[in-house]
Amino acid sequence: MTAMRATRAPELIGPGPPRLLAGVSSAGAPSTLDEHLSVYGQLPPAGAIDLPALVDASGLRGLGGAGFPTATKLRAVASQRGRPFVVANGAEGEPISGKDKVLVRYLPHLVLDGAAAAAHALGAREAIVALSRADRDGIDALSAAIAERGGGLDKRVRLRAIAVPDGFVAGEETALVQFLNRGVAKPTFTPPLPFERGVGKAPTLVQNVETLAQLALIARFGPVWFRAVGTADEPGSALVTISGAVAEPGVYEVALGTPLRELVAQAGGVTEHVRAFLVGGFFGSWLGEREAADASLLEGDLRSRGARLGARAIVVLPTSACGICETARAMRYLADSSAGQCGPCVYGLDAIARSFERLAAQQSRDERKQLSRWIQQVRGRGACRHPDGAAAFATSALKVFARESELHLRGRCEGKRRVLPIPGIAA
Amino acid sequence: MKRVRVNPITCEGHGLCAELLPERIQLDEWGFPIVDREPVAGEAARHAARAVEACPTLALLLEAASDRSR
Ligand SMILES: Cc1cc2nc3c(=O)[nH]c(=O)nc-3n(C[C@H](O)[C@H](O)[C@H](O)COP(=O)(O)O)c2cc1C
Ligand code: SF4
Ligand code: SF4
Repeated sequence: MTAMRATRAPELIGPGPPRLLAGVSSAGAPSTLDEHLSVYGQLPPAGAIDLPALVDASGLRGLGGAGFPTATKLRAVASQRGRPFVVANGAEGEPISGKDKVLVRYLPHLVLDGAAAAAHALGAREAIVALSRADRDGIDALSAAIAERGGGLDKRVRLRAIAVPDGFVAGEETALVQFLNRGVAKPTFTPPLPFERGVGKAPTLVQNVETLAQLALIARFGPVWFRAVGTADEPGSALVTISGAVAEPGVYEVALGTPLRELVAQAGGVTEHVRAFLVGGFFGSWLGEREAADASLLEGDLRSRGARLGARAIVVLPTSACGICETARAMRYLADSSAGQCGPCVYGLDAIARSFERLAAQQSRDERKQLSRWIQQVRGRGACRHPDGAAAFATSALKVFARESELHLRGRCEGKRRVLPIPGIAA
Repeated sequence: MKRVRVNPITCEGHGLCAELLPERIQLDEWGFPIVDREPVAGEAARHAARAVEACPTLALLLEAASDRSR
């Protein structure tokens, strides 16, 4: 991942200075508590604000990919019996996303503020920040930040950083909960959902680390400030990871609603002719170059184009790379990432990946009908949404790369370059 | 009203359910059930109850049709 390049906080497109990333120090080191407080100020005392109401008025939605309204989740946890537990999800299993790693590495106190504020609001005594085992820098930054805060800042809430296994599925919320409970990083059947019965059977708030960082700002500056950028339906700013054929890949903060074109310009512009964009990570969709030309970074806009914004990870695919070959590599990765528990996920994703691999290898038999049927068939049939995400990705590939598939069936491929970073496989 | 749901983690693809509740369950090419989420009533409800009981891994469930779960 190229996330290391995002050591600077880019200007926020649209009104206002950078918000979430305002505290990223130019030295590239995690911000200290003093630096953190000098940029963002103190969190208001828990008793002084009605956090769920502020979050509700701000319209904050989960930034881990699913976009669920955060206030609804806070209230759902609060309505359960028993003392709640808070989990900040910084696992970021998505190979083409770097935003959570950047956030934890450079702004650990903002993440801790969010976890502590949520815990205070819910009456929780403990909050865990779950980070991938492989993310040594993040674990170091967060552990140092927790030590720096001592007990004083977060009276009554114990903050801890916990390393979880890496891998695509380990960051799924029930997998996190099961790992924290019994050391098994695999999703569980629901219900119960974590908000009903999570860590140590407590009602558990699982929230992406960026969602919590935004929540820490909302607790300070309020919903009017939050809504000053973005659109009425999709307010605020968000972190975007952009990579592939751009001059300056990295993590950028943009106002929701920013044209994709402007984000690409911010990332130094394209370095080659563009074939397509992958939007929303490996659970997202391909968007053809033309289709993407006037797209903006809004769930609503992308939905109308058959895509989704998801966790806002974007790859610019150049014409020197082939969409079918890249999809085959990513599908193989997704199939191999299955937690191996559900038949339809294990056999279905493998069959889909194999079919794409045969198409990529220019095998002449046209099996696209059967492939489409398999893709339809896996949806909704796993214990978690892993098959659904993979199916959305595969569907978009068949649509956007229809011409490329025809070429492959006739023994031609237009690009040999590999762009998608697949863990464990050299590009 | 009730509808049928399968726990895909505990399901081992025995396929018994598809024989007992053909109205709602088909098997995919690997022997795992594809469940129609349409609520069951009358004879289908009786077949569903029988299938739920017969599943060797207790993977087949009847849930209220109003349940939020998929
Ligand atoms: C296969 C799979 C993997 C996931 N991985 C992550 C992850 O790495 N980080 C994350 O924040 N959410 C991940 N999610 C989403 C979480 O289950 C959950 O929705 C999220 O952490 C909730 O936080 P939010 O509402 O703040 O977005 C994943 C979901 C699925 C289905
Ligand atoms: S759907 Fe796949 S990834 Fe999700 S729990 Fe089942 S086997 Fe694991
Ligand atoms: S009978 Fe039970 S184990 Fe067998 S396929 Fe049906 S649900 Fe799965």
